Amino acid sequence: MRRSSFVLTMMAFGYAFLYVPIILLIIYSFNESRLVTVWGGWSTKWYAGLLHNDQMLAAAWLSLRIAALSATFSVVLGTLAGMAMARFGRFRGRTLFGGMITAPLVMPEVITGLSLLLLFVSLEQFIGWPEGRGMTTITIAHITFTMAFVAVIVQSRLVSLDESIEEAAMDLGARPAKIFFVITLPIISPAIVSGWLLAFTLSLDDLVIASFVSGPASTTLPMVIFSSVRLGVTPEINALATIIVALVTTGIIVAGVFMARQERIRKQDEQMAAASNA
Amino acid sequence: MGRGLVIMVPYVWLLLFFLIPFAIVLKISFSEAAIAIPPYTALIEWAEETYLTIRLNFGSYLFLLTDSLYAVAYLNSLKIAFVSTVLCLLLGYPMAYGIAKAPQAWRGPLLMLIILPFWTSFLIRVYAWIGILKQEGLLNNFLLWLGVIDAPLQILYTDTSIYIGIVYSYLPFMILPLYATLEKLDDTLLEAAADLGAKPFTAFLSVTLPLSVPGIVAGSLLVFIPAVGEFVIPSLLGGPNTLMIGAVLWNEFFANRDWPVASAVAIALLLFLVVPIMLFQYYQGRQQEVARQ
Repeated sequence: MRRSSFVLTMMAFGYAFLYVPIILLIIYSFNESRLVTVWGGWSTKWYAGLLHNDQMLAAAWLSLRIAALSATFSVVLGTLAGMAMARFGRFRGRTLFGGMITAPLVMPEVITGLSLLLLFVSLEQFIGWPEGRGMTTITIAHITFTMAFVAVIVQSRLVSLDESIEEAAMDLGARPAKIFFVITLPIISPAIVSGWLLAFTLSLDDLVIASFVSGPASTTLPMVIFSSVRLGVTPEINALATIIVALVTTGIIVAGVFMARQERIRKQDEQMAAASNA
Repeated sequence: MGRGLVIMVPYVWLLLFFLIPFAIVLKISFSEAAIAIPPYTALIEWAEETYLTIRLNFGSYLFLLTDSLYAVAYLNSLKIAFVSTVLCLLLGYPMAYGIAKAPQAWRGPLLMLIILPFWTSFLIRVYAWIGILKQEGLLNNFLLWLGVIDAPLQILYTDTSIYIGIVYSYLPFMILPLYATLEKLDDTLLEAAADLGAKPFTAFLSVTLPLSVPGIVAGSLLVFIPAVGEFVIPSLLGGPNTLMIGAVLWNEFFANRDWPVASAVAIALLLFLVVPIMLFQYYQGRQQEVARQ
C-alpha cells in the first residue's frame, strides 16, 4: 500500500504545517526576550503588558461589541435567507437572490469594503445618514458579508432535514410560524449556533472591510494588530494570540461536548418515539 | 404573507448593501477625481436648469490601460492566485482523502483540527510566519542545523513567502468541500473496479478522481477568487517587488485618495472574476441539488 503511506505523509505534513506556527506563537509568548528568535527564559511579562495596553484593550472591546451585534443580526437574516433558499422552491427573483447570497462567500474583501464605503458616502450625501463612519457602518458591513455564511450553513442543514415532521404538524393544524418556532428552529439550532460563532469570528477577524468603512475614531482590534505588526515585532501580540487560541479551543470543546450531548438526547428521543410507534 | 416577509427582509438587505454598492462603484469609476468632499465630480448634472447632462469620463479606465503598473499587478495577482490554488489542491486533496477514508470515529476530530486554526485570528497566524521565515528565523536555523543549506535563504518578502501564506490561510477552504464530496463516494464502485482487476491507483484515477471533480472545482474557486484580491498576506509577507491588485486598490484609495481610479480598479478586478464567480455559483447550486436528492 504505497498510496496510503503517501496519504499519511501528506496528512502529517499538512497538520504540522497548520499547527507549527500556532504552537511557536504560544511558546514565544512566554519568552523573556523581545526577539522572536532568541530564547531568554520563561516570563509572563507580555501578558502583563497587554493588560496595560489601553489602545489594544479599547480596540478589543469595540471589536467584541461589533462582533456580537453583527453575529446576532446576521443569524436572523441568514436564517431567513437559508429558509427561503431551502424551502420556498421557485420564487420570483430567486436566481438573483441565490447569487447575492453566495457571492459574498468568495468576493475579494477589498471590493466589498470599497463598495460599501462608497454606498455609505453616497447615503450620507443624499439622506444625511449615516453621519460619519464608525461602529454602525462596520456592523452593517459585517452583517452583510457574514450572513452569507450563516445562510449556507442553515440551508444545508434544512436541506438534509426530514420534512415529514413539519408536514405532520401542518396536518395537525399548526400555523407556519408555530411550526417554525416549535419544530424547525430547535432542530436547526446547532446550525444556528455554529452560524453565530462563525459570524462572530469572521467579524472579530476582519481587517480589510473594517478599514474601509471605519471612521478615524473607531479602530478595531485587527487594525491595531496590523499596524503594530507593520511597525515591528511586538511580543505582546504573541500573548494576545495565545489568549485567543486558549479561549477558542475552550469554547469549541465546550460547544462540542454540549452539542454531542444534545444529539445523543435527540437520538434517544427519536428511538423512543420509534419504539412506541412499533 | 409570512412567506413573503421571510424572503423580503434578507432580499432587501442584500439589494441595499450588496448590489447597489456595486452600481455606485461603477458610477464613481466614470467620474473624475476632484478636490472636494467626496473627492469626485458628479456624474449627472442639470445644466442651466433645463438640460440633463450625463458626463461619462473614461479617464480612469484609460489610465489603467496606459500605466503598465496595473496590467503587471493584475497578471501577477492571477499568477499568484493560480499557483497558490494548485499548491492548495496538491496538499489538500490527499488530506481530504485521508480524512474521508479514516475510521468513522476519527473523522470528526480530524476535521475539527482542520477548522480550528480558522477560528483563531487570521492576521496573527500570518504574522507568526514572519518569525519562521525571516533570515535569522526558525526555518533557516533549522535548515542550517540539518546541514541542507550553508547560508540562510531569503524567503520572507519574496513570492515564496506569499505562496506559503496563502496556502496556509486558505487550505481549510480547499479541504472542506473536497472532504464533502469524497466522503459521499460510494465504496462499492471501488470494489467493483477492484473486482474487474483495476489496481488501486488505476481505480483512483478512473473512479475517485472523476467523481470528486465538483469538490475540486468548488475548493479551487473558494481559494482562487479571494486570493486574487488578497491584501493582507502580500502586504505582510510579500516584498516590495511583488505587486498584487488588492494592494494597488488599497493604495489608490488610502494613499492617493483617487476614488475614481480605485473604483475602476475594482470594476476591472470584478470583470476578471465574473467567470470564476459564476462557475462557483453553478457548482454551489448543483451541490445543493445533489444534497436535496
